[in-house]
Amino acid sequence: MVGYFKQSFLVSLWFVFLTFPLMVVKVNTLKNVVEWRWMNMVYVAVGAFVLSFVWRWALERRQRKTKEAEFSDDVLAKPTVGQRLLEDPKVFKPVLIVIALATLGFPWLVDIYQVNIMVLALIFVVLGLGLNISVGLAGLLDLGYVAFFAVGAYTYGIMNSFWGFGFWISLPVGGLMGCLFGVVLGFPILRLRGDYLAIVTLGFGSIAKIVIENWEELFNGAKGIAGIPRPGLFGLEMNIEAATTYTYYLMILMVLFTIFVTNRLKDSRIGRAWMALREDEIACVAMGVDMARTKLSAYALGAFWAGLVGVIFAARNTYINPNSFTFMESALVLSIVVLGGMGSIVGVIIAALVLILMPEYLRAFSEYRMLMFGAVMVLMMIFRPEGLISNVRKKYGGRKSPTEAAHG
Amino acid sequence: MDYFLELFSSGMVRGSIYALIALGYTMVYGIIQLINFAHGEIYMIGAFVALIVSGVLTIYGFSGVSILILAAVIAMIYAAAYGYTLEKIAYRPLRNAPRLSPLISAIGMSLFLQNYVLLAQTPDFLRFPELIPEFEFMEPIAHVMGSAELIILVTSAITMIGLTLLIKFTRVGKAMRATQQDMTMARLVGVNVDQVISMTFIIGSVLAAIGGVLVASYIGQINFYIGFMAGVKAFTAAVLGGIGNIPGAALGGIVLGLAESFAAGYVSSAYEDVFAFGVLVFILILRPSGLLGKAVKQKV
Amino acid sequence: MVDTMNKLLEVKGLTMDFGGLRAVDNVSLDVYAGEIVALIGPNGAGKTTFFNCVTGIYKPTHGDVMVHPPGKKSQRINGFKPNRVTTFGMARTFQNIRLFKNMTVLENIMIGRHCRTSTSILGAILRGAGSRRQEQETVDRSYQLLEKVGLVDEADEFAKNLPYGAQRRLEIARAMATDPFLLLLDEPAAGMNPQETKDLDELIVRIRDDENISILLIEHDMKLVMNISERIYVMEYGKEIAQGNPQEIRSNPKVIEAYLGEEADA
Ligand SMILES: Nc1ncnc2c1ncn2[C@@H]1O[C@H](COP(=O)(O)OP(=O)(O)OP(=O)(O)O)[C@@H](O)[C@H]1O
Ligand SMILES: [Mg+2]
Repeated sequence: MVGYFKQSFLVSLWFVFLTFPLMVVKVNTLKNVVEWRWMNMVYVAVGAFVLSFVWRWALERRQRKTKEAEFSDDVLAKPTVGQRLLEDPKVFKPVLIVIALATLGFPWLVDIYQVNIMVLALIFVVLGLGLNISVGLAGLLDLGYVAFFAVGAYTYGIMNSFWGFGFWISLPVGGLMGCLFGVVLGFPILRLRGDYLAIVTLGFGSIAKIVIENWEELFNGAKGIAGIPRPGLFGLEMNIEAATTYTYYLMILMVLFTIFVTNRLKDSRIGRAWMALREDEIACVAMGVDMARTKLSAYALGAFWAGLVGVIFAARNTYINPNSFTFMESALVLSIVVLGGMGSIVGVIIAALVLILMPEYLRAFSEYRMLMFGAVMVLMMIFRPEGLISNVRKKYGGRKSPTEAAHG
Repeated sequence: MDYFLELFSSGMVRGSIYALIALGYTMVYGIIQLINFAHGEIYMIGAFVALIVSGVLTIYGFSGVSILILAAVIAMIYAAAYGYTLEKIAYRPLRNAPRLSPLISAIGMSLFLQNYVLLAQTPDFLRFPELIPEFEFMEPIAHVMGSAELIILVTSAITMIGLTLLIKFTRVGKAMRATQQDMTMARLVGVNVDQVISMTFIIGSVLAAIGGVLVASYIGQINFYIGFMAGVKAFTAAVLGGIGNIPGAALGGIVLGLAESFAAGYVSSAYEDVFAFGVLVFILILRPSGLLGKAVKQKV
Repeated sequence: MVDTMNKLLEVKGLTMDFGGLRAVDNVSLDVYAGEIVALIGPNGAGKTTFFNCVTGIYKPTHGDVMVHPPGKKSQRINGFKPNRVTTFGMARTFQNIRLFKNMTVLENIMIGRHCRTSTSILGAILRGAGSRRQEQETVDRSYQLLEKVGLVDEADEFAKNLPYGAQRRLEIARAMATDPFLLLLDEPAAGMNPQETKDLDELIVRIRDDENISILLIEHDMKLVMNISERIYVMEYGKEIAQGNPQEIRSNPKVIEAYLGEEADA
């Protein structure tokens, strides 16, 4: 115990040293004055002292867990309490009903501002689920995902401002454009190893933004495109409130559609091939799976969702410019997937809602949000790589004898 | 002709900075096959520490070269400390994890450090003092190459030579090479692999800090975001030269710097960054082993 | 039993270089229908590399790999991608087990069925009658295979949680799920205890007899090799140094020399 204290004390001292110039000193080079913020030093000292205990405890716990897994005779995977509850129909049915009612009633319970934020959160739910296909299921780390989102948004912006096309025509076109870009960009790079793929996609994302910023004729450069119409409904005139509520329900349908599709794919021939590819590329091709095709389908499908909600994003904001499509957005979607659990649909939904809504409602957090996302990624990788809700695998049928199977 | 020379010298300057940062990427990748995404942030922190130190010293009446040297030394010490801590917290617990886990952790660390500096200091650009003195003997060619440029080139060259000697002849260097070739084997013959990895991060971070101080005093202003672009470009340089290959990183840096400078000078400066990314994408697709790297087949 | 008229795999003068290292040097090898053939040799002889060349993981530097699938056209498969080789009808296992660790045992096998099924993305989303039937067939066939290797009770277990011996059997079942006519096993008995090895011995023979799949295996366990193989090829330093039936191999002076000091239980 004394040893622990001493260790934490040293850690604390180390962090005081480490953070001293940046946290304590602040120089104003114009007025030539130095501001000494000694209180920060105290915060760091105390914080580091406490956190080092937590850190050590968490690491030890992690070690114990892997040991247990190695030495237990019982090979059956133990579902967590949460999973067991979710599997019990007595629990999940009422929960589902409550969630459904809350979702439907939401726009009538809160004001327009909140609904608008919720629409944004739902957009990120779909983005999370889309990225989850390539990162979570197929293991293709895409750091430029936001580029496809931009493709969708600008597809609508351009189709509308140049030729006057409406939302409903642009929506599928946006999705298809996302998909098309996914295929075209994906094709040459998919044979790259995982980490190289990540960097190349980061490159694509950044190139997309720079091109949008500088191509005045098509994208209107840094000024962006304004006056994009909200989603229409058979030419009905709607005030802002009605339109926002309408967009909200539209997004709910979109989320449901995404869940439906991802869920079906996850436990299908295609989804299994994606996962196998994630687990072991060489074994996967050696078992007869066409790698290029499988990777491309995951990448392009992920891009499809981004393109689709890109259109809705443009319609929600009625204004788009390149600043909505930076690496930060890609990182945000990635932390949603990481926090939610790679491959887990429920997890991604919860993570998207938490990560988008929390900084909006807890103003104190909003300053720290990127800091928090960074920390989330690190901590999740170390302590809970499977995410908040780990991906539960489907159990196919019961035990069947071959004869029984042949007859039925 | 002068324009060409000007572009050439600015390309060399850029290139040698990219090379300094690229060395950190390449050394880390060579040993633990990790793209240390947060390496650019170490460079940024090095520049910030130098700015803070020199600001304080200026206010307390120091002057000239003594500031430069003190600021650079303290920046290097801090960069080393950050690099060391970074590895211990974010990468060491993931030594045996699937390959993408440490990369995601690295991205998280990069975001964290960026925003840490943003919150602890400021989101605005800060003016970096002019620490590099003007030499009189540079007067005649000042229109193609200034004193600051000369200092950057000389410092980078000395640093790289120093690094090469360190790796060739010292115990640490030998241990690093052994670990790079075969980590298990190195451990068996008694190399303390953890220590070697820490050393690699420390050396890489010191090089990045040197780069940070040089760039900051050359360009004259910094903010929390400078590490991101510099990091990506340096990584491009490392890949261009053949990742894991130390002379490759130096060569890659120079080639990228020159190419960028000429592209910006003769084609268009708006697309300067696109150009760097383009190089990265093409190299990875066409020749992932880089200019000097050897193609290796994964053992099955 | 062995159909000497019917060659399945015909490798001629196969050579594989890694930079300056010649890992496989001019090796020729045939497998006939209904045969169990073993490829043996000391560590580092190039056996696994030979497998990798045949299955398309590496593209050989020189030489020909011909396959003659029963009832189909012969084909030279050098440079084919691994998935095409597998679709052709040659499936393999790996020396250092490569299962899909975070997928269930059953799913591992279902991946083997991938190249024999055809459900597309759209089919998977719509889940029409055709895709449902195909999915059910995949499940049924996978259970059958699990039954064969004795892993039905672990069907819903994550592959990573299986004991070592079971993982090896799962890899074999996964390879069988691709409906091969030739199975290539890379050290299937490595890490198994004597009882498990004995069971494996029976399993391999059963696969050949019941499923009509020919077998080419790399193995260090001489007892197993001598027991079950009809013919044996011996490699050393990338070169083929002998071939023949177990009797001949046992008494071949070159082989004895190559193995001097190694396992004497042959
Ligand atoms: N991808 C590769 N790159 C470079 N050299 C390789 C590669 N794969 C194998 N080798 C080398 O080729 C030689 C043959 O290796 P291989 O794995 O084929 O031997 P093996 O007969 O399977 O041995 P073991 O019985 O130990 O499995 C070895 O010297 C090995 O180091
Ligand atoms: Mg082998």
